Amino acid sequence: MTWTAVLALAAGTYLVRLAGILLRDKVTLPQRLARLSDLGATALLVALVAAAALTEAGGFAGWARPAGVLVGGVAAWLKVPFVLVVVLAAGTTAGLRAVGVG
Amino acid sequence: MFILAVMCSARRTALERGDLRDALALGAAITVVGMSFGALAAAAGVPPLLTVAMSVLVFAGGSQFLAVAVVAAGGAPVAAVAAGLLLNLRHLPFGLAIGDLAGRTFPARLLGAHILIDENVAFARARGSGPRARAAYRACGALLFVGWNAGTLVGLLAGSAVPDPASFGVDAAFPAALLALLLPSLRAPDARRVGLGAAVVALAATPFLPPGLPVLVALLGLLFAGRTEADR
Repeated sequence: MTWTAVLALAAGTYLVRLAGILLRDKVTLPQRLARLSDLGATALLVALVAAAALTEAGGFAGWARPAGVLVGGVAAWLKVPFVLVVVLAAGTTAGLRAVGVG
Repeated sequence: MFILAVMCSARRTALERGDLRDALALGAAITVVGMSFGALAAAAGVPPLLTVAMSVLVFAGGSQFLAVAVVAAGGAPVAAVAAGLLLNLRHLPFGLAIGDLAGRTFPARLLGAHILIDENVAFARARGSGPRARAAYRACGALLFVGWNAGTLVGLLAGSAVPDPASFGVDAAFPAALLALLLPSLRAPDARRVGLGAAVVALAATPFLPPGLPVLVALLGLLFAGRTEADR
Protein backbone atom coordinates (compact mmCIF):
# COMPACT_ATOMS: atom_id res chain seq x y z
CA MET A 1 0.00 0.00 0.00
CA THR A 2 1.35 3.44 -0.94
CA TRP A 3 0.34 7.02 -0.10
CA THR A 4 -0.63 7.55 -3.74
CA ALA A 5 -2.93 4.53 -3.63
CA VAL A 6 -4.59 5.60 -0.36
CA LEU A 7 -5.09 9.18 -1.56
CA ALA A 8 -6.46 8.00 -4.91
CA LEU A 9 -8.89 5.61 -3.23
CA ALA A 10 -9.93 8.34 -0.78
CA ALA A 11 -10.44 10.99 -3.47
CA GLY A 12 -12.28 8.62 -5.79
CA THR A 13 -14.55 7.36 -3.02
CA TYR A 14 -15.34 10.88 -1.84
CA LEU A 15 -16.15 12.08 -5.37
CA VAL A 16 -18.47 9.11 -5.92
CA ARG A 17 -20.28 9.95 -2.67
CA LEU A 18 -20.51 13.66 -3.42
CA ALA A 19 -21.54 13.13 -7.05
CA GLY A 20 -24.74 11.30 -6.13
CA ILE A 21 -25.72 13.85 -3.50
CA LEU A 22 -25.04 16.88 -5.71
CA LEU A 23 -26.60 15.26 -8.77
CA ARG A 24 -29.86 14.87 -6.89
CA ASP A 25 -29.70 18.57 -6.18
CA LYS A 26 -28.85 19.77 -9.69
CA VAL A 27 -31.53 17.93 -11.58
CA THR A 28 -35.06 18.02 -10.29
CA LEU A 29 -35.99 14.41 -10.75
CA PRO A 30 -39.40 13.79 -12.19
CA GLN A 31 -41.56 11.97 -9.65
CA ARG A 32 -41.16 8.70 -11.49
CA LEU A 33 -37.35 8.81 -11.38
CA ALA A 34 -37.36 9.95 -7.75
CA ARG A 35 -39.38 6.85 -6.90
CA LEU A 36 -36.99 4.66 -8.87
CA SER A 37 -33.91 6.16 -7.15
CA ASP A 38 -35.53 5.48 -3.79
CA LEU A 39 -36.37 1.90 -4.80
CA GLY A 40 -32.80 1.66 -6.14
CA ALA A 41 -31.46 2.32 -2.64
CA THR A 42 -33.76 -0.41 -1.34
CA ALA A 43 -32.47 -2.77 -4.05
CA LEU A 44 -28.83 -2.05 -3.14
CA LEU A 45 -29.44 -2.45 0.60
CA VAL A 46 -31.36 -5.72 0.25
CA ALA A 47 -28.65 -7.01 -2.08
CA LEU A 48 -26.02 -6.03 0.51
CA VAL A 49 -27.96 -7.84 3.25
CA ALA A 50 -28.28 -10.99 1.14
CA ALA A 51 -24.64 -10.97 0.06
CA ALA A 52 -23.32 -10.13 3.52
CA ALA A 53 -25.53 -12.73 5.20
CA LEU A 54 -24.78 -15.62 2.88
CA THR A 55 -21.50 -15.11 1.04
CA GLU A 56 -17.83 -14.69 1.88
CA ALA A 57 -15.15 -14.20 -0.78
CA GLY A 58 -17.46 -15.39 -3.55
CA GLY A 59 -18.53 -18.59 -1.76
CA PHE A 60 -20.96 -19.68 0.96
CA ALA A 61 -20.31 -17.99 4.31
CA GLY A 62 -21.21 -21.07 6.39
CA TRP A 63 -24.33 -21.65 8.50
CA ALA A 64 -23.53 -19.65 11.63
CA ARG A 65 -23.78 -16.24 10.00
CA PRO A 66 -27.08 -16.62 8.09
CA ALA A 67 -28.57 -18.24 11.21
CA GLY A 68 -27.65 -15.16 13.24
CA VAL A 69 -29.03 -12.82 10.59
CA LEU A 70 -32.25 -14.86 10.47
CA VAL A 71 -32.67 -14.65 14.25
CA GLY A 72 -32.04 -10.90 14.07
CA GLY A 73 -34.49 -10.53 11.20
CA VAL A 74 -37.25 -12.41 13.00
CA ALA A 75 -36.60 -10.35 16.15
CA ALA A 76 -36.88 -7.13 14.13
CA TRP A 77 -40.09 -8.39 12.54
CA LEU A 78 -41.46 -8.99 16.05
CA LYS A 79 -40.57 -5.36 16.82
CA VAL A 80 -37.80 -6.20 19.27
CA PRO A 81 -35.73 -3.03 19.96
CA PHE A 82 -32.94 -2.41 17.46
CA VAL A 83 -30.07 -2.75 19.94
CA LEU A 84 -31.37 -6.16 20.99
CA VAL A 85 -31.74 -7.23 17.34
CA VAL A 86 -28.04 -6.51 16.80
CA VAL A 87 -27.03 -8.32 20.00
CA LEU A 88 -29.25 -11.34 19.25
CA ALA A 89 -27.84 -11.70 15.73
CA ALA A 90 -24.22 -11.46 16.87
CA GLY A 91 -24.90 -13.67 19.91
CA THR A 92 -26.52 -16.41 17.86
CA THR A 93 -23.66 -16.51 15.37
CA ALA A 94 -21.01 -16.33 18.09
CA GLY A 95 -22.78 -19.07 20.05
CA LEU A 96 -23.04 -21.37 17.05
CA ARG A 97 -19.35 -20.86 16.28
CA ALA A 98 -18.45 -21.54 19.90
CA VAL A 99 -20.07 -24.98 19.59
CA GLY A 100 -18.31 -25.66 16.29
CA VAL A 101 -20.87 -24.66 13.65
CA GLY A 102 -19.01 -22.97 10.79
CA MET B 1 -15.64 14.38 24.30
CA PHE B 2 -16.89 13.89 20.78
CA ILE B 3 -19.79 11.77 21.96
CA LEU B 4 -20.61 14.54 24.41
CA ALA B 5 -20.72 16.98 21.50
CA VAL B 6 -23.08 14.68 19.62
CA MET B 7 -25.29 14.40 22.69
CA CYS B 8 -25.32 18.18 23.17
CA SER B 9 -26.22 18.73 19.55
CA ALA B 10 -28.95 16.15 20.09
CA ARG B 11 -30.65 18.60 22.38
CA ARG B 12 -30.61 21.33 19.76
CA THR B 13 -31.69 19.26 16.78
CA ALA B 14 -34.39 16.76 16.08
CA LEU B 15 -32.25 13.81 17.14
CA GLU B 16 -34.31 11.55 19.35
CA ARG B 17 -32.94 9.74 22.37
CA GLY B 18 -33.86 6.34 20.97
CA ASP B 19 -32.17 7.16 17.68
CA LEU B 20 -28.99 8.10 19.52
CA ARG B 21 -29.06 4.81 21.44
CA ASP B 22 -29.49 2.83 18.20
CA ALA B 23 -26.69 4.78 16.52
CA LEU B 24 -24.43 4.04 19.50
CA ALA B 25 -25.08 0.31 18.99
CA LEU B 26 -23.95 0.57 15.36
CA GLY B 27 -20.96 2.65 16.46
CA ALA B 28 -19.95 -0.02 18.98
CA ALA B 29 -20.23 -2.78 16.37
CA ILE B 30 -18.17 -0.89 13.80
CA THR B 31 -15.48 -0.23 16.42
CA VAL B 32 -14.91 -3.98 16.70
CA VAL B 33 -14.59 -4.27 12.92
CA GLY B 34 -12.24 -1.25 12.87
CA MET B 35 -10.04 -3.01 15.42
CA SER B 36 -9.74 -6.01 13.15
CA PHE B 37 -8.92 -3.73 10.22
CA GLY B 38 -6.12 -2.04 12.19
CA ALA B 39 -4.71 -5.39 13.26
CA LEU B 40 -4.96 -6.86 9.75
CA ALA B 41 -3.31 -3.85 8.11
CA ALA B 42 -0.46 -4.02 10.63
CA ALA B 43 -0.02 -7.74 9.96
CA ALA B 44 0.01 -7.03 6.20
CA GLY B 45 2.88 -4.59 6.71
CA VAL B 46 0.95 -1.38 5.96
CA PRO B 47 2.71 1.54 7.76
CA PRO B 48 0.65 2.69 10.80
CA LEU B 49 0.27 6.28 9.60
CA LEU B 50 -0.98 5.06 6.22
CA THR B 51 -3.52 2.79 7.92
CA VAL B 52 -4.84 5.69 10.02
CA ALA B 53 -4.97 7.93 6.94
CA MET B 54 -6.94 5.23 5.13
CA SER B 55 -9.56 4.95 7.85
CA VAL B 56 -9.92 8.74 8.17
CA LEU B 57 -9.87 9.62 4.47
CA VAL B 58 -11.46 6.62 2.76
CA PHE B 59 -13.88 5.65 5.57
CA ALA B 60 -15.40 2.73 3.67
CA GLY B 61 -14.58 -0.48 5.51
CA GLY B 62 -15.21 -3.00 2.75
CA SER B 63 -12.95 -1.21 0.29
CA GLN B 64 -10.21 -0.78 2.89
CA PHE B 65 -10.15 -4.51 3.71
CA LEU B 66 -10.21 -5.29 0.00
CA ALA B 67 -7.38 -2.88 -0.91
CA VAL B 68 -5.15 -4.23 1.87
CA ALA B 69 -5.95 -7.81 0.84
CA VAL B 70 -5.09 -7.11 -2.81
CA VAL B 71 -1.71 -5.62 -1.87
CA ALA B 72 -1.02 -8.34 0.71
CA ALA B 73 -1.67 -10.95 -2.00
CA GLY B 74 1.02 -9.33 -4.15
CA GLY B 75 -1.27 -7.15 -6.28
CA ALA B 76 -0.21 -3.73 -7.54
CA PRO B 77 -1.47 -0.63 -5.67
CA VAL B 78 -3.33 0.37 -8.85
CA ALA B 79 -5.27 -2.90 -8.69
CA ALA B 80 -6.06 -2.24 -5.02
CA VAL B 81 -7.42 1.22 -5.84
CA ALA B 82 -9.47 -0.10 -8.75
CA ALA B 83 -10.96 -2.91 -6.66
CA GLY B 84 -11.78 -0.50 -3.83
CA LEU B 85 -13.38 2.05 -6.13
CA LEU B 86 -15.49 -0.61 -7.84
CA LEU B 87 -16.76 -1.69 -4.45
CA ASN B 88 -17.60 1.93 -3.54
CA LEU B 89 -19.45 2.79 -6.75
CA ARG B 90 -22.76 1.91 -5.04
CA HIS B 91 -22.41 5.11 -3.04
CA LEU B 92 -23.41 7.09 -6.13
CA PRO B 93 -26.96 5.72 -6.37
CA PHE B 94 -27.15 5.95 -2.56
CA GLY B 95 -26.32 9.66 -2.74
CA LEU B 96 -28.88 10.10 -5.48
CA ALA B 97 -31.53 8.43 -3.31
CA ILE B 98 -30.88 10.23 -0.03
CA GLY B 99 -30.34 13.71 -1.55
CA ASP B 100 -30.72 16.35 1.13
CA LEU B 101 -30.66 13.88 4.05
CA ALA B 102 -26.89 14.44 3.79
CA GLY B 103 -27.35 18.13 4.49
CA ARG B 104 -29.28 21.07 3.16
CA THR B 105 -26.54 23.65 2.62
CA PHE B 106 -23.55 23.12 0.34
CA PRO B 107 -20.95 22.97 3.17
CA ALA B 108 -23.19 20.55 5.08
CA ARG B 109 -23.35 18.34 1.99
CA LEU B 110 -19.58 18.42 1.58
CA LEU B 111 -19.32 17.03 5.12
CA GLY B 112 -22.34 14.79 4.78
CA ALA B 113 -20.87 13.13 1.68
CA HIS B 114 -17.91 11.79 3.65
CA ILE B 115 -20.11 9.94 6.15
CA LEU B 116 -22.23 8.29 3.45
CA ILE B 117 -21.95 4.56 4.17
CA ASP B 118 -24.44 1.69 3.87
CA GLU B 119 -25.43 1.57 7.54
CA ASN B 120 -25.92 5.32 7.72
CA VAL B 121 -28.07 5.41 4.58
CA ALA B 122 -30.30 2.65 5.95
CA PHE B 123 -30.38 4.26 9.39
CA ALA B 124 -31.51 7.66 8.09
CA ARG B 125 -33.96 6.30 5.51
CA ALA B 126 -35.70 4.29 8.23
CA ARG B 127 -36.54 7.65 9.82
CA GLY B 128 -38.27 9.24 6.85
CA SER B 129 -37.04 12.33 5.06
CA GLY B 130 -37.59 15.16 7.54
CA PRO B 131 -35.48 16.84 10.24
CA ARG B 132 -35.42 13.65 12.33
CA ALA B 133 -33.87 11.69 9.45
CA ARG B 134 -31.30 14.43 8.78
CA ALA B 135 -30.33 14.55 12.47
CA ALA B 136 -30.12 10.74 12.51
CA TYR B 137 -27.87 10.80 9.43
CA ARG B 138 -25.46 13.27 11.05
CA ALA B 139 -25.35 11.59 14.45
CA CYS B 140 -25.10 8.03 13.14
CA GLY B 141 -22.49 9.02 10.55
CA ALA B 142 -20.41 10.85 13.16
CA LEU B 143 -20.56 7.92 15.61
CA LEU B 144 -19.69 5.41 12.89
CA PHE B 145 -16.74 7.60 11.84
CA VAL B 146 -15.45 7.89 15.40
CA GLY B 147 -15.98 4.19 16.09
CA TRP B 148 -14.26 3.09 12.88
CA ASN B 149 -11.23 5.30 13.47
CA ALA B 150 -10.92 4.62 17.19
CA GLY B 151 -11.19 0.90 16.37
CA THR B 152 -8.47 1.20 13.72
CA LEU B 153 -6.14 2.87 16.23
CA VAL B 154 -6.76 0.26 18.92
CA GLY B 155 -6.27 -2.51 16.36
CA LEU B 156 -2.97 -1.01 15.23
CA LEU B 157 -1.71 -0.76 18.80
CA ALA B 158 -2.98 -4.14 19.97
CA GLY B 159 -1.96 -5.96 16.79
CA SER B 160 -2.30 -9.71 17.01
CA ALA B 161 -3.83 -9.41 20.49
CA VAL B 162 -7.09 -8.34 18.80
CA PRO B 163 -9.46 -11.32 18.80
CA ASP B 164 -11.11 -12.38 15.55
CA PRO B 165 -14.37 -10.37 15.24
CA ALA B 166 -15.99 -13.50 13.78
CA SER B 167 -15.85 -15.07 17.24
CA PHE B 168 -18.21 -12.27 18.41
CA GLY B 169 -20.52 -12.78 15.43
CA VAL B 170 -20.05 -9.17 14.33
CA ASP B 171 -20.28 -10.32 10.70
CA ALA B 172 -23.92 -11.28 11.41
CA ALA B 173 -24.65 -8.06 13.32
CA PHE B 174 -24.32 -5.79 10.28
CA PRO B 175 -26.59 -7.59 7.81
CA ALA B 176 -29.10 -8.11 10.66
CA ALA B 177 -28.99 -4.39 11.51
CA LEU B 178 -29.47 -3.41 7.87
CA LEU B 179 -32.35 -5.87 7.58
CA ALA B 180 -34.01 -4.45 10.70
CA LEU B 181 -33.70 -0.94 9.28
CA LEU B 182 -35.10 -2.06 5.92
CA LEU B 183 -38.10 -4.06 7.16
CA PRO B 184 -40.53 -1.12 7.47
CA SER B 185 -39.85 0.02 3.89
CA LEU B 186 -40.38 -3.55 2.67
CA ARG B 187 -44.03 -3.31 3.67
CA ALA B 188 -44.66 -1.64 0.30
CA PRO B 189 -45.33 -4.33 -2.35
CA ASP B 190 -43.15 -2.65 -5.01
CA ALA B 191 -40.20 -2.39 -2.59
CA ARG B 192 -40.66 -6.08 -1.70
CA ARG B 193 -40.63 -7.15 -5.36
CA VAL B 194 -37.58 -4.98 -6.15
CA GLY B 195 -35.75 -6.19 -3.02
CA LEU B 196 -36.41 -9.86 -3.73
CA GLY B 197 -35.27 -9.45 -7.34
CA ALA B 198 -32.14 -7.59 -6.20
CA ALA B 199 -31.25 -10.25 -3.62
CA VAL B 200 -31.63 -13.08 -6.15
CA VAL B 201 -29.54 -11.27 -8.79
CA ALA B 202 -26.79 -10.35 -6.27
CA LEU B 203 -26.54 -13.90 -4.92
CA ALA B 204 -26.53 -15.45 -8.41
CA ALA B 205 -23.81 -13.03 -9.59
CA THR B 206 -21.54 -13.26 -6.52
CA PRO B 207 -19.55 -16.37 -7.57
CA PHE B 208 -18.81 -14.91 -11.01
CA LEU B 209 -18.17 -11.18 -10.57
CA PRO B 210 -15.54 -9.20 -8.62
CA PRO B 211 -16.65 -7.67 -5.28
CA GLY B 212 -18.92 -4.68 -5.75
CA LEU B 213 -20.38 -5.60 -9.12
CA PRO B 214 -22.99 -8.12 -7.87
CA VAL B 215 -24.59 -5.42 -5.71
CA LEU B 216 -24.61 -2.97 -8.63
CA VAL B 217 -26.06 -5.58 -10.99
CA ALA B 218 -28.74 -6.09 -8.34
CA LEU B 219 -30.19 -2.77 -9.48
CA LEU B 220 -31.79 -4.98 -12.16
CA GLY B 221 -34.29 -5.66 -9.40
CA LEU B 222 -35.78 -2.31 -10.41
CA LEU B 223 -37.28 -4.14 -13.41
CA PHE B 224 -39.84 -5.43 -10.92
CA ALA B 225 -40.77 -1.93 -9.76
CA GLY B 226 -43.90 -1.90 -11.88
CA ARG B 227 -45.80 1.32 -12.33
CA THR B 228 -47.71 3.51 -9.97
CA GLU B 229 -50.83 5.49 -10.74
CA ALA B 230 -48.65 8.59 -11.18
CA ASP B 231 -46.60 6.94 -13.93
CA ARG B 232 -49.51 6.25 -16.19
